[in-house]
Amino acid sequence: MRPTVEFLEEGLLERIVSEAIDILCKIGVEIHNKPVLEMLADHGADVRMDNYRATLTEKIINKALVSAPSSFKLYDSMGNEAVDLSEDNVNFTPGSAAINILDYETGKIRKPTTSDYIRYAKLMTRMDHIASQSTAFIPADVEAKISDSYRLFLSLLYCEKPVVTGAFTIDAFEIMKDLQLAVRGSGEELAKKPLTIFSCCPTSPLKWSDVTSQNVVDCAKYMIPVEYIAMPLAGFMSPVTLVGTLVQHTAETLSGLAISQLTNPGTPVLYGGSPAIFDVRYETTPMGAIETQMIDCAYNEIGKYLDLPTQAYIGLSDAKLLDAQAGLETSIGAILAALSGINNISGPGMLDFESCISLEKLVLDNQICGMTQRLIRGIVPKEDFPMIDRMEELLHEQHLLISDHTMKYLNEEHFMPSQTIDRANRSRYEEEGGLTLNQRAHQEAEEHLAGYKKPGLADDTVKDLVRLMEEEAKKYGMDKLPEREE
Amino acid sequence: MDILKQISESLQKGDHEKVAMLTSQAIEEKIPVKKILDEGLIAGMNVVGEEFKHHRIFLPSVLLAARAMYAGMDLIKPLMIRDNIPTIGKVVIGTIKGDLHDIGKNLVGIMLKGAGFEVIDLGNDVTPDRFVQAAKDEKADAVGMSALLTTTMTGMKDVIELMKSEGIYGKIKVIIGGAPVNREFAEQIGADSYAYDGMKAVEILKEYVKDK
Ligand code: B1M
Repeated sequence: MRPTVEFLEEGLLERIVSEAIDILCKIGVEIHNKPVLEMLADHGADVRMDNYRATLTEKIINKALVSAPSSFKLYDSMGNEAVDLSEDNVNFTPGSAAINILDYETGKIRKPTTSDYIRYAKLMTRMDHIASQSTAFIPADVEAKISDSYRLFLSLLYCEKPVVTGAFTIDAFEIMKDLQLAVRGSGEELAKKPLTIFSCCPTSPLKWSDVTSQNVVDCAKYMIPVEYIAMPLAGFMSPVTLVGTLVQHTAETLSGLAISQLTNPGTPVLYGGSPAIFDVRYETTPMGAIETQMIDCAYNEIGKYLDLPTQAYIGLSDAKLLDAQAGLETSIGAILAALSGINNISGPGMLDFESCISLEKLVLDNQICGMTQRLIRGIVPKEDFPMIDRMEELLHEQHLLISDHTMKYLNEEHFMPSQTIDRANRSRYEEEGGLTLNQRAHQEAEEHLAGYKKPGLADDTVKDLVRLMEEEAKKYGMDKLPEREE
Repeated sequence: MDILKQISESLQKGDHEKVAMLTSQAIEEKIPVKKILDEGLIAGMNVVGEEFKHHRIFLPSVLLAARAMYAGMDLIKPLMIRDNIPTIGKVVIGTIKGDLHDIGKNLVGIMLKGAGFEVIDLGNDVTPDRFVQAAKDEKADAVGMSALLTTTMTGMKDVIELMKSEGIYGKIKVIIGGAPVNREFAEQIGADSYAYDGMKAVEILKEYVKDK
């Protein structure tokens, strides 16, 4: 039996959804994008151009729900299946778009560089329990206007895994799409084998900016999967109650679904988000708060009820260092998310309200993800009945270390963490240097980096990627991209 | 109890109706407007600020107090204009060009207003031109900029450069905030200060206008 957790009882879930639809059909959404408003009007929405408001209809919402696929897959840059976003499959991906990196040497944050990004992408090739990469942070050594596409470029060059990403402007979509076309060869291939997911955020309450709504439309045109990241902040930008925030989150997410599905029915989407409670003492949006995580798990239930694959920013921490708070918030989140069956869990590596990446934390979180994956495989009998023979074997041999049964099931039954997780006895721990968690994680990161192997992209593809990125950089006055190590 | 003390205490409780009533009464009693402002409204808000800082009250209570502050301010404002009494300060705020994050900026605006500042909020996606024009038109004491993106924070420098070329840099203070910026960045671009949250912004700006 797979262990699960549920927060919404029957009846409540339906009421949340119907209330959200009611809001969309009575109050509507504000969308700062004339073509999108016109499209909604064509489908029967009541649209007012002067205040950008579209009041949707049940028909629009139902149409969008029917055409949105209930699952999809991501493929790596070599075209191999890498992430299965269906049913209750659980996959992890690093938290994305951090502002800072936590520097191991100084223990302080700083703005990341190209070289940090390459280390990150290389490390991601070796994070076995994290199925996709994300454009996890913004290298600050390139012109700001290309910093969103540049991180996708580096990710594609150094790591085969599919990429969770997003554009910061309308214009950036073009190059970010072209980079993908260079990898896949054609738009058709890209649609058949999605390589990325774009995060597109409505603005709570009930609003879409021109940038993010246009990103939804542009992705739909190329069948590039989108994850909707609504961020109602309970008690501030949404009702203080978790139920109220869920209603608002549902309405905001369904409005995004309508935009993409009317643009191009069948475009893959993730029912996602990054809601949080608002901390009324510190004026912050804690991702590690237990209530934030409860909202995430609950909207996942709503997404599943609507027959859509899901995503959440969960399994991350607001701690500033790789400390006990980082571990506890990340673990609670990852475990709850996995028990809930969230399909794509965005979190590993992230600290400080989604604003800081730590490579050491990424290494630790990879272990948390592995443990979590083990957890949801649950407890199931494996040639355990009858057990008389095995007991006799044990009594006779005095141990089962080399029993056939052990050899067959050891790796399946016991998750084997890396040396970052301390399981040595104290004497050995001390003799091996008495390293802190941070030191062990750093050591592991260095080992992974030493064992790095480049993706098998064809030389011509690499050349295309470099040419596209260099041309884009030139457009914004950068004649040369920063040096890249092999 | 002294009526000014009553205003202060009602404000601390967030009772905007009572603050309005007491302020009217104080005006009728011919208590100088400046005194009502300083010893009634602002005195109350100072206590609220301290209480909040020490987690003895939470943000909603601060905003309730701020609402009570506006209730009092609305009544004394015409008299302040009549008698040429300035507000404690005027601040032009906005989120920098290209950036749509405005939650933090809005909160800072509410807190500043609550502390008695006059706030001109330019919204989000604000160009350097608009910041500088508004600062000049409004004869602001300070310009407050917010940025939440690595890609937009550099726009703050453009505003400062334009302030320099327009001859208002140094005369009008510059305060910045938002997740990607910090004190060093403020120093680098020539901003006078950096605030990590709304209360801090109030504290810093109050210090700037102290001698006004
Ligand atoms: C005048 O003087 C002052 C003084 C103090 C000042 C001040 C000015 N301004 C702020 N302060 C200070 O006082 C305030 C009160 O205490 C504080 O303000 P804050 O704003 O910090 O605090 C608020 C009270 C609560 N905090 C917030 O409101 C920000 C929270 C996070 C999660 C966030 C949110 C909510 C949003 N986002 Co955005 N968002 C993130 C944020 C993560 C983070 N750690 O900040 C961040 C900033 N976002 C990010 C991104 C990538 C984006 N976001 C986007 C959109 C959004 C939403 C619309 C969904 C929403 C904003 C809604 C709104 N109306 O503002 C997009 C931006 C579009 C654009 N062009 O602007 C988009 C590009 C995503 C996309 N692909 O669509 C990341 C930045 C990446 C980077 N390196 O630059 C990010 C760190 C999250 C992440 N990891 O992805 C202090 O900083």
